[in-house]
This record gives sequence, C-alpha cells and structure tokens, in this order.
Amino acid sequence: MRWTRIAIALLCAASLLGARAQAEEITVAAAADLNFALKDLAGRFTKATGTQVNISFGASGNLFSQIQNGAPFDVFFSADADYPAKLAAAGVVDAQSLHTYAIGHLVLWVPKSSSLNPQQLKMDLLTKTEVRRIAIANPQHAPYGRAALAALEHFGLRAKVASKLVLGENISQAALFVQSGNAQAGLIALSLALSPPMKDDGRYWELPPDSYPELKQAAAIVSASKHKAAAQAFLNYVTSAEARAILQQYGFRTPQP
Amino acid sequence: MIVQALALTLRLAMAVSFLLLLISLPLAYWLAFSRWRGKFLAEAVVSLPIVLPPTVLGFYLLVALGPASPIGRWYQALTGHGLAFTFTGLVIGSVIYSLPFSVQPMTTAFASVDRELLDASAILGASRWRTFWRIILPLSFPGVLTGFVLSFAHTLGEFGVVLMIGGNIPGATQTVSILIYDQVQALNYSVANTTALVLLALCLVLLTLLYALRRHNHWSLWEWR
Repeated sequence: MRWTRIAIALLCAASLLGARAQAEEITVAAAADLNFALKDLAGRFTKATGTQVNISFGASGNLFSQIQNGAPFDVFFSADADYPAKLAAAGVVDAQSLHTYAIGHLVLWVPKSSSLNPQQLKMDLLTKTEVRRIAIANPQHAPYGRAALAALEHFGLRAKVASKLVLGENISQAALFVQSGNAQAGLIALSLALSPPMKDDGRYWELPPDSYPELKQAAAIVSASKHKAAAQAFLNYVTSAEARAILQQYGFRTPQP
Repeated sequence: MIVQALALTLRLAMAVSFLLLLISLPLAYWLAFSRWRGKFLAEAVVSLPIVLPPTVLGFYLLVALGPASPIGRWYQALTGHGLAFTFTGLVIGSVIYSLPFSVQPMTTAFASVDRELLDASAILGASRWRTFWRIILPLSFPGVLTGFVLSFAHTLGEFGVVLMIGGNIPGATQTVSILIYDQVQALNYSVANTTALVLLALCLVLLTLLYALRRHNHWSLWEWR
C-alpha cells in the first residue's frame, strides 16, 4: 500500500517535470535518406534558435500516408517531389510552402569484405554469382526503390536480377541489409553510403544521373500544424546557403532554382 | 498475391507449430518433472520471448547470425546461403518467438497430472517412457493441443520478426501481415481490406472450431493462465 502511494507520487513528480520543459518544439517527418544529414542540421538549428526538432524517419510513402491520415507532424521532408505535391493538391500541406531542398543520388554499394569492385564492374557486378541478394528499398513506398528499379531497367538488368532482390522497408533498412552482409550488394542512397556508420564499411559506385529519374526532394509544411512559424523557420534554415553546403557534404546536390 | 501470401503464412505456421510440438514435449516434460535446483533459470529463458520485442530477435538473427559472426559464417558454409531473407530464417525466428506459447501450457498440463497415478504406474513396473505415453500424455492432451494451437495462431499473426529479416520476397518471406502492411502504406485500401478480411475469417473459423471442441471436452484454451 505504502509502495503504491510512493509510486504514484513519483509518477506525478515525473509528469510535472515533463511539463516544465516547455521550449518550442516541432515534429518533423523525414525520408530515411536524411537520417544523418537532417539530424546534423536540426542540432545546429536548435543551438541557434532554441527550438527543439523531433524527427521521425521512414519511407516517404509511409510518411505520406500517415500525414494524409492526420499524423501530427509540422513539416514533411520527402525523398521525392510527388508525395508533397499530392498532399498539397489534397490541401493537407500548404502549397506555398512547397520547396525543393535537395537532390538525392543512387549508388551501388558492396561491403568491404566483398571481392568485387563496384568502380570497375559497375552494374555488371549485380549479375555475378557471388551476389545472391541485392537490397533495394521497397518501390511501393520508397522513392529510392523506384529509382533503383528504373536504373535496373535502364541497364537492361531488371529481369535478370529480379529473383535476387530483397526489399527494405525504407532505404535505411535496405542499407542495413547490405551493411550487415546479409545481402551482397545494394542500391542505396549516396547520403547513407557517406554516413559515419557506413563510410568505412564498404565501397560504392555512383550511378550516372541519366540512368534514373532525378530524385528531386521536396518539403512542405503540414496545414494542420500548430507551430507554423517555427516550422517555417526550420524549412528556411534547411534551404539556406549554410545548410545547403552541409547537405552537399552528406551527398546531396543543390537543386537549380 | 493474396493467395500466395496466405499459402506462405499457413505453411510457415504449420512448420513452426509442428517443430514446436517436437521441441516442446521433451522440454515441457523436463520443466515439469526435473528436480534440478537451477530450473528457474531455464524457465526464465524459455519465457523471454513473451517479454522481448520481436525487433530484438530480428536484430540478432540479422546481425549476430549474419555473415559477420562465426555462427553465421558456419551456417553459410554449411548451406551456401545466409539465414536472412529465407523461409528457413523465418521458421527459426518464429520457433524462438512462439516457444513459450507452446511450452507453457504443456508444462502446466504435465505438472498437474496426479502424482499418485505416476507412482502407481512406476510400482506396476512401467518404464518412464511408457508412463509418459500411456498416462501423462493422454491426461494432458488438452494442454498439448492448446500449446499447439497457440503456437500456430501466434505465428499466423507474426509481424516484427518477419519485417526485420524477411526482405519482403513474394512466395518466400512475404507473409499476410507484411502484405497487409504494405498495401495500407501504399494506400491500396481495397487489397488490404480483402486480405485482412480473409485472415479475419480464417482466424474466426479456427477459434470457433476450437471452442466448439472445448464444449465437448472439458478443457479451455486459457486453462494454463
């Protein structure tokens, strides 16, 4: 009995403490390829403005359907331009806030332990017998998955390697599949290949930009957001010259205005 | 697509529940009758999957049993492929994940058999093997069936482990729960709806049959609780 009371008192104290930390806070839905870059940017933004940025990463398609169903996000950073455009057409995000913030790249990645050299073999690497599994993101809801299929099509490999494909839930999971060695090659985002956990673990070859539709990545502010000013400030920061330079270090190209 | 995923899921649930029957019978016997002082340790380990999230199991199967670990390399050398993205991988994951649901009802049933009957059987000269098959098993049949059905049902509804190690390959690792998830995320509500309805109907029929059986025999799906 006494213990129950103490426990209740502690819980009340904890909830009071939680309520005290009331700086402004925004919640961001972001494509999985932004995992490292956007955390970096959010950290700098918080330091400069005091606004907390909570980020949920996922496949753009998943985030798209969550936002369409009323998920309480303030900003949506997609890995393509279609999802935000569709949300804008439906009035779920503010059309005038739509902004292309970066252009993503697709790379062919193999673990360090692999005997195959992606720079030399390029896409032919995927047809080698040592490559039993090729990790890509699920094309149904990940733009990078669609780009990977388009690239396979472009190189005339799609039918040849179809039985080798394993689908990650998003581009991060596809990267995990190949980084852990469970798949022997992967078509993943350059931003993940350059990320600290992966950059020393493998080698990659950057696919030529004309082999898949350009991965124009757009962002928009959710219409139902209660923190629109802070959300706009964050979006402005991500599209600023300073942030663009950082995004470039993470493997994104700056979109042409 | 739906039929393929459904067939795969049923095949997985069948394989897992039969394997678990083979594993659980001796394990439950040992848990019920062993006098070893450290038995509580084994009980704790067997119950772990009830508490642990499936992501923990999926993570271990993917990374610790992947080609980066000695066990993973050994398995790869033996079979020529890794565990992830294969039906076998899903079976192994599901067997571990559903183990307590199979072992616990059986252990409870074995332990509740009247000890005097066992003593009588021993005095009359029956071996332990014979006592098990002629006395313990028939008397604990409801518990054994409960364990079997629960492990089957638990595997039907499995999601986390499959999402972590499956790789979403139609016909090999794309189970019904993954298919439904995919279709919902892709906003194909109609396909998701059809699939979900089929699964719902299947489970309802299965459980109805079970409870109808229970009306005739006096045992319950939940008696081990």
